[in-house]
Amino acid sequence: MTMLPPVAPVKLGLVIDLDTCVGCHACAVACKQWNDGGQFGPLPDERAFGKDPLGVWVNRVHSYEVTAPATANAPAKHMTVHFPRSCLHCEVPECVTVCPTGASYKRASDGIVLVDEDKCIGCKLCAWACPYGAREFSEVKGTMQKCTLCVDRIYNETLDAADRQPACVQACPTRARHFGDLGDASSAVSKLVAERGGYALMPESGFRPVNRYLPPRPRRDAAAAATNPAPAPAETLDAAKLPPLLRWLDRVLSR
Amino acid sequence: MDGSKAKCEMSEHRLDLNAPVGDSVTTTTCYMCACRCGITVHLKDGRIRYLQGTRNHPVNRGVICAKGSAGIAQQASPAKLTTPLRRKGPRGSGEFEAISWEEALATAAGWLSAIRARNPDELAFFTGRDQSQALTGWWAQQFGTVNYAAHGGFCSVNMAAGGLYSIGGSFWEFGEPDWDHAQYLVLWGVAEDHDSNPIKLGLGKLKGRGAKIVAVNPVKTGYGAIADEWIGIRPGTDGLLAGALIHEVLARDRVDFEYLVRYTNAHWLVVQAPGTAEDGLFARDADGKPLCWTRERGAAPADAIDVSPAVVGEHVLPDGRRAKPVFALLAERFLDPSNAAEAVAERCGIPAATIRRLADEIIQVAYERAIELPIAWTDAYGRQHETMRGRPIAMHAMRGISAHSNGFNTCRLLHMLQMLLGAIDTPGSFRYQPPFPKPPPPAVKPGKARKDNGALDAAPLGFPQAPADLVVDERGEPRRIDKAFSWEYPLAAHGMLHTVIRNAVAGDPYRIDTLLMFMANMAWNSAMATRDTMRLLTEVDEATGEYRIPRVIYADAYASETVAYADLVLPDTTYFERHDCISLLDRPISDADSAADAIRHPVLAPDRDVRPFQTVLLDLGARLKLPGMVRDDGTPRYPGGFPQYMVEHERAPGIGLLAGWRGANGTESGVGAPNSAQLERYVANGCFWRHEIPEGARYYKMANAGYLAWAKAMGFLGSTAPIVMQLYSEPMQRFRLAAQGHGERQPPEAHRARVAKYFDPLPFWYEPLEGSLVDTTEFPLHAITQRPMFMYHAWGSQNRWLRQIAARNVLYVNPATAASLGLVDGDHAHVDSHAGRITVPVALHAGVEPGTVWTWNAIGKRRGAWGLDANAPEGKRGFLLNHVISDRLPASHYANADPVTGQASWYDLRVRLTKAAAPAETEPQFPVLRQLARWSAAMWRGATKGASR
Repeated sequence: MTMLPPVAPVKLGLVIDLDTCVGCHACAVACKQWNDGGQFGPLPDERAFGKDPLGVWVNRVHSYEVTAPATANAPAKHMTVHFPRSCLHCEVPECVTVCPTGASYKRASDGIVLVDEDKCIGCKLCAWACPYGAREFSEVKGTMQKCTLCVDRIYNETLDAADRQPACVQACPTRARHFGDLGDASSAVSKLVAERGGYALMPESGFRPVNRYLPPRPRRDAAAAATNPAPAPAETLDAAKLPPLLRWLDRVLSR
Repeated sequence: MDGSKAKCEMSEHRLDLNAPVGDSVTTTTCYMCACRCGITVHLKDGRIRYLQGTRNHPVNRGVICAKGSAGIAQQASPAKLTTPLRRKGPRGSGEFEAISWEEALATAAGWLSAIRARNPDELAFFTGRDQSQALTGWWAQQFGTVNYAAHGGFCSVNMAAGGLYSIGGSFWEFGEPDWDHAQYLVLWGVAEDHDSNPIKLGLGKLKGRGAKIVAVNPVKTGYGAIADEWIGIRPGTDGLLAGALIHEVLARDRVDFEYLVRYTNAHWLVVQAPGTAEDGLFARDADGKPLCWTRERGAAPADAIDVSPAVVGEHVLPDGRRAKPVFALLAERFLDPSNAAEAVAERCGIPAATIRRLADEIIQVAYERAIELPIAWTDAYGRQHETMRGRPIAMHAMRGISAHSNGFNTCRLLHMLQMLLGAIDTPGSFRYQPPFPKPPPPAVKPGKARKDNGALDAAPLGFPQAPADLVVDERGEPRRIDKAFSWEYPLAAHGMLHTVIRNAVAGDPYRIDTLLMFMANMAWNSAMATRDTMRLLTEVDEATGEYRIPRVIYADAYASETVAYADLVLPDTTYFERHDCISLLDRPISDADSAADAIRHPVLAPDRDVRPFQTVLLDLGARLKLPGMVRDDGTPRYPGGFPQYMVEHERAPGIGLLAGWRGANGTESGVGAPNSAQLERYVANGCFWRHEIPEGARYYKMANAGYLAWAKAMGFLGSTAPIVMQLYSEPMQRFRLAAQGHGERQPPEAHRARVAKYFDPLPFWYEPLEGSLVDTTEFPLHAITQRPMFMYHAWGSQNRWLRQIAARNVLYVNPATAASLGLVDGDHAHVDSHAGRITVPVALHAGVEPGTVWTWNAIGKRRGAWGLDANAPEGKRGFLLNHVISDRLPASHYANADPVTGQASWYDLRVRLTKAAAPAETEPQFPVLRQLARWSAAMWRGATKGASR
């Protein structure tokens, strides 16, 4: 079993806005290409051009159709939610504490949870321990792979400062993904979470995820309009009574 | 933790946090779809290590989509062709022999030179997702064939033509919502393909600002999912909804008249003389200037200023003719109760109350939340304005409007609605992207006469304004193989690739010799009636024993389904291996605040015996001694291939393919002498050039003196005259008058009624043609397809990463509809249309309106194509809807197309679903194609074994 370091003040993580995620998979493929070719790679593919192609992805996007049942006052409401899923870099990650070899660990300096492949024996205990399904086992390599929060980008002095962020965040076309220190209440991501009511996934699990999701904003749809309607411009015309175009006959327009 | 168990002290492994990404970095332009984003390419050991969005690129501002990132896997595609091929076995068998480039080019040149000497129209040159139409169209013109087009005829021509004939610009890629100021955005039928990253960036901005987004779409997927409101409209009824909104705007008298009379032809007088040759044309003065009726002085030139023009009433001109203003005609039409919300609600599948509420909201945003930007500007009439008033209601439209047979008119209706609200190119509304606006329609007419040197007098595609501009013979019959610009499809501004193969086989209107295609997958997902198309490509003329299309030359980088049907295959490079030009003469990357263009340049050397198609075309052109492609002494004009052409070719003095860094020293923008160092300047700047419009010229471009002067200086416009948006289209009326028996050029009898009906100078809605011709009780459902955001047509399935996201597709059915048919998730169903049957898996999806079923487009593959194993799910489990889409209207010789523009109407499809026993594979299936790419790779390796490379 592997011990956790003392809780670090810095808690690097992601804030993912479910209000603007369109489910385009840009983050997933950017993650795939960065990590496939980098020092945590490859992320192997099996049967790449054959039957049942599959491979290791440490960031995946799931699309759900959520139905709110009909009530006495409202019909059933359907909502499509696109949900990107990756490691949440928990404060109390059981995937680390169950690891028999010390391969899984949480960085003391910033809280990023990583796997040292040299120590990983592929026992999969960590994957069983993670309730979020964030870890992927590579049959090809025989080791566990997971989100690194692009630790090899975020401090990388060979990159321009603007590029020192996770590949998924940089790629996101609706800019629904944000990266920063959630341990610092004054950081941009912490403020965003406070402002938008960001939440942790399954807090009841007790692992204290660092990543946060921002809920969809209330939709200004038919139901919202019913409670707060736009003032309806009056129908100024009674076509039955008046030749309709007459009212514009004397309109003085300037050209 | 149990202290008795061994504990591992957590230790952190050694990481190299400062590992360089690669050993070199460069930029180019993505080609994984039509979006043309900038990409920064990190190379390591001669291979691509990482692709990221180029941070300051005007299209994608640093972001990159799933396809773009997967470009790294695309470069490793097993479907890459490796060497020129000549057919050995029967067409379609996939039996080829590898030949040298010299042999391939000599063969092609031999065929083509005989054609050019005999009759250049016997060459049909059609390109697919071609981003070099500035070259390919010019090449066809120099060859002298009228038979040229790209894929716009089945993609976007309704959006292009609908916009260009009314506002002189268009949705699609040539305009955009004002993402920074819009308070309300209506997305009409926007599938998540075209302009994908700009729209996603924009939606993110709107959400951040709290603007409302409405998605009008039968299907709710990505954009619809994050929209505030999803309006699940029935396919093909968007024009009805737009008409009802126009009705509401008029009925409530919430028309922006001041905008209308200043920037549109609302006040222009239309002659009312039924039965005469001038009925419905604009009343003009002796100089040909349109007239209006003013309070001050009666009839006056419509461009007079400081007058008060009438917008209603009937007026008697000095010569006794009677005339009405355009606005009066449109108000009469749209105030009619047939356009009221209640009258259209059922057909649209949208409650009347919802339609009225949308009208409330749109009107409220346009007028109560009007914005005023503190930007001084001068209008085209010399008047100074201290501010710019904006209507923060924006609209965008594309696929779901375009791919219907009523799409041209629906698109016009959307523009009419925007014009009535004063919401075109104002702060907060739809905005033009340079080089647009242009006078509607642009003054480019299709070439049809041959000059002494054999070249056409103009490029083959253009915008007819009157019957005299049609490409027809003296009997009024089509002169083009696709019948574009004929009386059947008069405004087919993008040509009609979807009719070429059937017409050529039938010899209707004539036989051709050679079909030259570039990345157009006509034997699969790019054709309607795919099965027929495959058969037609192999049909033999019994009299001669020859194929009815005697020769097919195909150029592509990948082993698509169509390669097997070619006689000669010219393997192209990938987008990382060649120069390309994203030109202002073609499909530029401008945004509403700037003109911009871009290039690709080779970041990798090809590892196969392949050549860039553009360079191959120029080589062929030189062998054929085509005008402009050889020097006076007969030597090639562009021995350096396409990059030399990009720099040196001038379309008009000082105007070439690239607008940036022109002039000997690279100091000129837009117009200037060729600059031999131009490409280096592009590469140094991230492979793009962006030239900002002066600040006071960024809105009201159609009548902004600053903009018009800037656009003229850039070579976009010939004059600084204001561009007047056309609520009422006189060119349409000219065609209608001809159909009514007026003028020298009239349609053949068979087409008269059709032209008279659909060429309405004011836009109108009509039932999509397939739905009006089949028994809709027999085929009660609509069926549509759209591309997934992570995949683009056939290209995606050869990609090891993208196919892991989806390697098969299913037919999505609304749960209530499924229940009524006894279908549950995972069932199979027969899908029958008037044209045939497919048998496919079904899944339930509440995000589709109940009268529609849908699927992802082009995931289904023919087995053996695209380098995929024969047992790949794309072939066995995936499917194409194309098999049940006819290329002709039911029981008709007309194409399944918009009767105005010829746009392929693949969204008109009507089907019936019945539960089916689960088949072993989706149906239909076709013989497994030979693994052409793998075979040709082996051939090529064999041929080069031992050679030093």
